[in-house]
Amino acid sequence: MSGMPLAIAPETPVARSTIDRMAPPSGVGDKIFKWLTLAMALAVVALVFLVGWQLARGSSLAIQKFGFHFFTTSTWDPVAEQFGALPFIYGTAVSSLVALLIAVPLSIATAVYLTELAPIWIRQPLVSLIEMLAAIPSVILGLWGIFVMIPWLRTHAFPFLKQTLGWTPLFSGPIYGVSMLAGGIIIAVMILPIITSVSREILRSVPDLQREAAYALGATRWEVTRIAVLSYAKRGLFGAVVLGLGRALGETMAVTMVIGNTPQIRASLFAPGYTLASVIANEFTEATTDIYLQALFEIGLALFGITIIANLLAQLLLKTMGPARSGAVQ
Amino acid sequence: MKAKRGDQHVWRKTKSALASGGAFVCALLVIAPLALVFFHLLRSGASAVNWSFFTELPKPVGAPGGGMVNAIAGSFELLGLAALVGVPVGVLGGVYLAEYGTVRGNWMLRFVADVLNGVPSIIWGVVVYGLIVLRFKSFSAYAGGLALGFIMIPLVMRTTEEVLLLVPSGYREASLALGISRWKTIVHIVMKTAMKGIVTGVLLALARVAGETAPLLFTAFGNRFWNHDLNEPIAALPLQIFSYAISPYDDWHRQAWAGALVLVVMIFFVNVLVRFLTRERVVRVP
Amino acid sequence: MESAAIIQRPMISSASIRQQELASEGESTDTASERRPAFEVEQLSIFYGQKKAIEDITLAVPSKMITAIIGPSGCGKSTLLRSLNRMHELIPNTRIEGKVLFAGKNIYSPEVDPVVIRRRIGMVFQKSNPFPTMSIADNVLVGLKLNGVRDRTFLRERLEQSLRMSALWDEVKDDLHKPGVSLSGGQQQRLCIARAIAVEPEVLLMDEPASALDPIATAKIEELIHELSANYTVVIVTHNMQQAGRCSDYTAFLYLGRLIEFGSTTKIFSNPSERRTEDYITGRFG
Repeated sequence: MSGMPLAIAPETPVARSTIDRMAPPSGVGDKIFKWLTLAMALAVVALVFLVGWQLARGSSLAIQKFGFHFFTTSTWDPVAEQFGALPFIYGTAVSSLVALLIAVPLSIATAVYLTELAPIWIRQPLVSLIEMLAAIPSVILGLWGIFVMIPWLRTHAFPFLKQTLGWTPLFSGPIYGVSMLAGGIIIAVMILPIITSVSREILRSVPDLQREAAYALGATRWEVTRIAVLSYAKRGLFGAVVLGLGRALGETMAVTMVIGNTPQIRASLFAPGYTLASVIANEFTEATTDIYLQALFEIGLALFGITIIANLLAQLLLKTMGPARSGAVQ
Repeated sequence: MKAKRGDQHVWRKTKSALASGGAFVCALLVIAPLALVFFHLLRSGASAVNWSFFTELPKPVGAPGGGMVNAIAGSFELLGLAALVGVPVGVLGGVYLAEYGTVRGNWMLRFVADVLNGVPSIIWGVVVYGLIVLRFKSFSAYAGGLALGFIMIPLVMRTTEEVLLLVPSGYREASLALGISRWKTIVHIVMKTAMKGIVTGVLLALARVAGETAPLLFTAFGNRFWNHDLNEPIAALPLQIFSYAISPYDDWHRQAWAGALVLVVMIFFVNVLVRFLTRERVVRVP
Repeated sequence: MESAAIIQRPMISSASIRQQELASEGESTDTASERRPAFEVEQLSIFYGQKKAIEDITLAVPSKMITAIIGPSGCGKSTLLRSLNRMHELIPNTRIEGKVLFAGKNIYSPEVDPVVIRRRIGMVFQKSNPFPTMSIADNVLVGLKLNGVRDRTFLRERLEQSLRMSALWDEVKDDLHKPGVSLSGGQQQRLCIARAIAVEPEVLLMDEPASALDPIATAKIEELIHELSANYTVVIVTHNMQQAGRCSDYTAFLYLGRLIEFGSTTKIFSNPSERRTEDYITGRFG
């Protein structure tokens, strides 16, 4: 039974006629809507399991056959049915590392500039420009990479590096243009916007009280930034970097177009490489045998695993940034 | 003594100015790729964008000319399919996060959604391949749309939630005080008030997946002709750009630039539109 | 005491104006108390989590009269008001002990649906909140339309009646399609009153309805409250003592969650029984 019994009727005829015209409320509508929206919200949880399940299912035979050696073998020879993922792990690791080395200082400096140092009028336009950069699809950046960046690297930047730093193994060997370094650079371009904007959010969330206290002590702008803001925001900034790393690990199209796609492990950054994401992109539709496809699924599983870990870590760091250990400004 | 302190002061101020200058240079370096990409898009792409680009199908290998009309249409079709998946799940999920649930539970759901946002898009392609392409033994527009839809879900969920939380609680209270049931309050009052924000969130998600290539590589797969059946492979603009870019033909390279320019213009158009729709209006004081 | 007398005199005269009005209508506060009270609150306590917001209140709100609830900040006035139409339940973790009888039935008994309660007990809030996506007409009728009333003639009649009863009809009758938020602050609040009475409740609960308004708008609202009490029981929470003195027939004084005193406004303001009531009235604390 729902509602007030109309036996205890509204006292005036007008009131009664109005109530009578209304549909009795059904708690059913509320319940259905609540469960419907809950089911949709739980979709995100279901999706995570779906991905894990599909990848595990699609690679089960390969896992059984190769075991852990899959990740320690460096031979990738589909024709001979030899599948070792080490070159791709190496490629993903090195290209991501190079990308971080380039992008992190630039991004954090830019974020600092935008929140602390820049004149007010310049901030919004710059932020908008960086958002535009974020909106450029990977394949278009890759297109630019192939036809503009690679030729320039091959004819100008790489020879210069080889001249000056050729004595290190990193910058030795033949120059093709497509290379691990090119891959790292293009990934850096792709992750610059996200590290910058997340860092910006982090820096903006530092309470003004911190800054004011430092100014009150007579610090210069830069000193305020360094002492009051950056140290407070350390954890969040680290989270932004890990978020960028997560992006870098999974970056596919632009990398595939400039890295050379050769499954090898070389010390030189000028040598072509191959990443976990790229091998899937390139060879998935060419996989003629079951075991080949399964091996690629397993690579996908590995990629999923490492990006989940990176993102978990990043989210934890970002969401739990709290006050500095001691409240006082040093 | 006085001179020394003065020097120190000057040095500190100089350091501050240098830091500002250095940071500014970094900001410029971050923007630089944008400028370079745009410059080349315009230079190489503008000349190749002509009427036939928008009206003709790709020509056979080696033959010059032709266009990408099927890829443009295909992209729209895929976006439509993606929206069918992404919008209901994302919006309703966002409604749950904003209007129902516990603080703890919702925190975890948001966490999972944010982690899901970080999954590489190619993985979605692999998943949908196993889920649909293998089962039905064919690449299809459905598969491509589903992959893109999956990517949209956590995006739309978060933007919807944010926008709904901005609706002042006074409206919910006033509606409930009239004896309107909770779900009607949410749908007819709260969501209606937030509708612009919900729509712009969806548009942004669509713009984002419009540029995705990786998830389509082995789901939609691409098609040199018109797609007449959503169960068959379908062309998409990013796919076409990719396959032309890595090809050995100059003419196709030209067309890749043209396609890239068109794609970027479409995406930027949506972004600018969204920015326009969500600009702060001058509030009229009653 | 002399200063207290000076403060008191204006209030006495306004209270007795009210009594004169009632006398001319053929009623007196004595007759009113013979009718069954609109609400019988019995030993009501409300907890927010561990904190007790209202403690053991017993009170009979007379029907078709204006009852004011006054007291210093944080004394539980709003909580008490909201407990009369179960609106306090919107805050999570609330617990209730005791009863609230409306038309003789406990509104907190498990078979009673709060949605229906709220159709019979309306509420107006401190900050006026006409729904921003709706016109004036739609705002007034939303409680009817969303609850399934379709009869267009009936709706039109209710629209005009409600707007007339809230003294807004003449001002807006040619602009009914305009957005509700295009009105001035005082007009918006009257619109909210119209919206509340369109569903034809028997009671109107008002939570500081004029506190956000300028004096002229406030005077209009107070006048309106007098008119409304002919048809509705009105319970009004106010932090403005003079307003309580001007507007109400009965006054309840709350302090720290307890009911200190309840009686006719004349008595409370001229000759309170409790020391604390007198202290509050004379401004010794606020």
